[in-house]
Amino acid sequence: MSDITAPAPAAPNPAPPAKSSILRMLWADKFATVAVVFLGLVLLCAIFGPLLLGDAAGGQNLRARNAPPFSLERGWLYILGGDALGRPLLPRIVVAAQNTIAIAAGAVAASFVIGAALGLIAGYSRRIWSEVIMRLADVIMSFPSLLLAVIVLYVLAPSVLNLVLVLAITRIPIYLRTTRAEVLEVRERMFVQAAQVLGASTFRIVFRHILPVILPTLLTIATLDFAFVMLAESALSFLGIGIQPPEITWGLMVSQGRQYLTSAWWLAFWPGLAIILTTMSLNLLSSWMRIALDPTQRWRLELGGRVNG
Amino acid sequence: MGSAQALPVNVEGAETPVMHKAVGKRAISSLLSLFGLVILVFFLSRLTGDPAALFLPVDASEAMRQNFRELHGLNDPVHIQFVHYLGDLVRGDFGDSLRKARPALDVVLEAFVWTLQLAVITMTLVTVAAIVVGSITAFRVGSAFDRFASMLSLVGASAPDFWIAIVAIVLFSVNLGWVPTSGTGTVWHWVLPISVLFIRPFGLILQVVRGSMLSALGSAYVKTARAKGVKNRPIIFVHTLRNAMLPVITVIGDQAAALLNGAVVVETIFGFPGVGKLMIDSILQRDFNVILAAIMVTALAIFLMNLLIDLAYALLDPRIRT
Amino acid sequence: MADHLLEVRGLSVRFHTAQGVVNAVNDVSWHLDRGETLAILGESGSGKSVSSSAIMNLIDCPPGEIASGEILFEGKDLLRMSPEERRRLNGKRIAMIFQDPLSHLNPVYTVGWQIAETLTAHGRPGDEAFARARDLVSRVGIPNPDAAMKKFPHQFSGGQRQRLMIAMALGLKPDILIADEPTTALDVTVQAEILTLLEELQAETGMGLVLITHDLGVVAEAADRAVVMEGGRIVESGTPHDLYHNARHPYTRKLIAAAPGRGDMRRPEEGAEPILSCRGLTKAYGAFTALDAISFDLMRGETLAVVGESGSGKSTAAKLILRLEEATAGEALWHGEDLLSMTPKEMAKARRQIQMVFQDPTQSLNPRMSVFQIVSEPWVIHPGVVEKRRWRERVAELLEQVGLKAEHAQRYPHQFSGGQRQRIAIARALALEPELIICDEAVSALDVSIQAQVIALLGKLRDELGIAFMFIAHDLPVVRDFADRVLVMKGGQIVEQGPVRRIFEDPREGYTQRLLAAGLDPDPEVQRQRREARLKLSA
Repeated sequence: MSDITAPAPAAPNPAPPAKSSILRMLWADKFATVAVVFLGLVLLCAIFGPLLLGDAAGGQNLRARNAPPFSLERGWLYILGGDALGRPLLPRIVVAAQNTIAIAAGAVAASFVIGAALGLIAGYSRRIWSEVIMRLADVIMSFPSLLLAVIVLYVLAPSVLNLVLVLAITRIPIYLRTTRAEVLEVRERMFVQAAQVLGASTFRIVFRHILPVILPTLLTIATLDFAFVMLAESALSFLGIGIQPPEITWGLMVSQGRQYLTSAWWLAFWPGLAIILTTMSLNLLSSWMRIALDPTQRWRLELGGRVNG
Repeated sequence: MGSAQALPVNVEGAETPVMHKAVGKRAISSLLSLFGLVILVFFLSRLTGDPAALFLPVDASEAMRQNFRELHGLNDPVHIQFVHYLGDLVRGDFGDSLRKARPALDVVLEAFVWTLQLAVITMTLVTVAAIVVGSITAFRVGSAFDRFASMLSLVGASAPDFWIAIVAIVLFSVNLGWVPTSGTGTVWHWVLPISVLFIRPFGLILQVVRGSMLSALGSAYVKTARAKGVKNRPIIFVHTLRNAMLPVITVIGDQAAALLNGAVVVETIFGFPGVGKLMIDSILQRDFNVILAAIMVTALAIFLMNLLIDLAYALLDPRIRT
Repeated sequence: MADHLLEVRGLSVRFHTAQGVVNAVNDVSWHLDRGETLAILGESGSGKSVSSSAIMNLIDCPPGEIASGEILFEGKDLLRMSPEERRRLNGKRIAMIFQDPLSHLNPVYTVGWQIAETLTAHGRPGDEAFARARDLVSRVGIPNPDAAMKKFPHQFSGGQRQRLMIAMALGLKPDILIADEPTTALDVTVQAEILTLLEELQAETGMGLVLITHDLGVVAEAADRAVVMEGGRIVESGTPHDLYHNARHPYTRKLIAAAPGRGDMRRPEEGAEPILSCRGLTKAYGAFTALDAISFDLMRGETLAVVGESGSGKSTAAKLILRLEEATAGEALWHGEDLLSMTPKEMAKARRQIQMVFQDPTQSLNPRMSVFQIVSEPWVIHPGVVEKRRWRERVAELLEQVGLKAEHAQRYPHQFSGGQRQRIAIARALALEPELIICDEAVSALDVSIQAQVIALLGKLRDELGIAFMFIAHDLPVVRDFADRVLVMKGGQIVEQGPVRRIFEDPREGYTQRLLAAGLDPDPEVQRQRREARLKLSA
């Protein structure tokens, strides 16, 4: 109604921010900055960890069995203590980052691509396809996802690939539903009709006009979902139906440490902390993205950046 | 709330033909989903192996195994078994549990009652706490309380429940000895499972309440109310809260559904005889009838809960009723 | 000096935004007396609503900040009162109604409850409040008031909702009513009814009325005095008559000059052959018929205006012709071939010759594409129209043709003003050198002065390129200056069609007459005559 009552630029379709301003908006949110740095570190561990510390992580030292943390007696590798077989915990956590991150990343990527593709079809095509796809999503959604995982992994072998597959299937509906809902909204916007009037093909309308608009939302969800998938994988490993030794993930390490809880708490504590810190960083990043990628919210960060720095 | 409370709020007409039709449509679509699920689980679970190998002694003779399979109808081709199963189902017979040698439905219902209690208590606590805390944070954006609550909900949403559970056991049961580690005997047995289950939904719903309240507080009708001279408290509790509850209810429904499916991890760690633990155990022991019965019972429970959510929606929002 | 009912003195308000501090209003002063109507006239961004928000204590601080000034109500400064004292005045002594009543009414409570709340919020008992609310609902002309009390806002039409807002505001017979663009989104006939209602109620209660508007016609119809605002300042004030005839400030003169509806009317050419012939065009949504077997011709190079109120089916017709929606029945012959039965391939070809300009350029341009990408997209879709190496050059030409600069090609839509965005949309429509451009309310979302520029641009293109236009609008004056022929629609049917002069000077159908009478003219003298004609028609 009034001309200037809210400072937020409430235009429904503003352009994407430039790269430099993205960095400035990130800097404006210190929590998000720390989260991004931490995630970068985890990513480096996941990629180079096994190459650098693979041997150290597997090296058993019977005298270091359940060695307590914060002691430099056996070298810095044992700073977080040793496990039940005397292997140093720090390198093991670094090495386990690879499987943990790879499984989560694989599952998120697969469910993202499949879910978004099905969502685009369900949102843009005729009603029959849309109905079929949505009912399929209902079936998956109505199934307790952990149980689905248990059955499938029980039938197949609990390998990394199968784990990725199972987790991906259970997460597809999230992307499917979001994409479909967004497509249904965006396809009614006038620039989509304008493209139709120009004679644009369905392919062009979907990939050139609709997808770029809904991508930020999907990326925000994917970030959050990465954390969820990590937790799910950890839970499966913890229950003993996920990854099997000698492969290791953080969830499996917590599970292995469980029986020494009373005598050597650090066995389960450190990998659990790694999970928490990573998922927390992902949550922080996601909530920052929700604001930074939403044109009606972005001013908060731009304003914040000005005030703080 | 004073004067505003004196006005009766019109909620009649929640039951309209529109609603009946929506309920019917949902029932049919849920039934179809459930049927697909039953097919999937029936055939998938039979791929896990032969129950006879698990339930009979290792030195059992081939004749004994054959006898066992004959007894439980496991000798027929899988699709014939399925037809038989459906036939029994129509007559209300869910089959027997192999493990407990009792009707599968009884076994499941027993476990489900435990899960239901756990879910109802937890969700009630979560809902009340999240709405109260979320509303306060929305009125005091940026305050210390707001930041503390945001931090808390963030940690809650990030922490793996199994890890929290075992850390809680070490801390409160083993070291401090305040509460028992597992079982269901006394009220004290419930404290840890409920606390652990509480954390994640609380964080999630808190965030939704806060965001939803914030956007409702900035809406045009709140401006109108201020222009009318309505006091702050009725603006918050009468005008805003009811509108802000709409998205919150959806999330509450999702979280409640997750709990009704059984909190597998928490039930396992705390030795709680709920339906989640029952399902896992049944899969590992190839107790097919119990798996299928458990899935159908929880599906029915979730369907009924979704109806409640829809009803709550219709009560809160007249636009849905008409 | 203190005898004014309400006086705003030297008020300055600023907002802290991402772009820095914005001075919303600067040193604004005006006053209002009992029983008078003051209009605050301004275009978007002029700050015309800010002083009223300050009066109602609706400015959020921060980001808002009242930098200086005072607001005297019966001699007492509102800005020095406590929030509780101001709350007691709001709704009881000073009330406000808004544009877009749907979003300003709480969707989950009955309208009866919301109207009664004005009274209960100021301590009246519930039963008395409800009785009074019922009287008010009946007074503002809602049929069947007892049933209406129990209904929810979404169950009323736009005009009825505004009536309910008025009922809500008048519950305690306030001394002042502030109406912020109360008729902007409404149809002309409904607009006239609402303004008449406000006038009657003012006569009954003797309240002072502040009318915030962008429309010179509303000022001419309703105001005793007016202030003109531009860029947060008052540039001129006076009676509507003085402002219209003796405007001193250049901005006021510009506004008056831009008001549509007073140029020469065009005369359609004789003997042109039709390029588009619609026969029995019909669209039904279930039992509801949005478009009921309409038939018309559109000649080569002609501008055909399609006029009607909301729900008349005018936009539906455009959508059917362009196959944005599928018709239920009928045909649309484009050079003798039916667009409605074409295969997708044939249709893609035909689309080259028929382009469209939409109402809101903010919505119709993809925010993630540069101007170059937007204007050249038609050539990507229709290869062979323009060679790829000539795109840059041709985009520059098109931009200059619509009054933009060649270097604008690298920018994004959000970097332009509303009027410039509509020029970009027009450049895109021109890229395929179409024979027909369909304009769906293409200027209704623009400020008056911008509207005049865009119309002038379209006129220039028509004369230079010989393009035919199907010009869909709800605003009759705009159509009067621009169209060759006019087609009046109501309830999915064509009420009347004919050359523009015939329709405006000799309307034959009652509906067309009412439509013309309900339109507001910026000239207070003309408006007075029109108002008499309107009252005679409705009597």
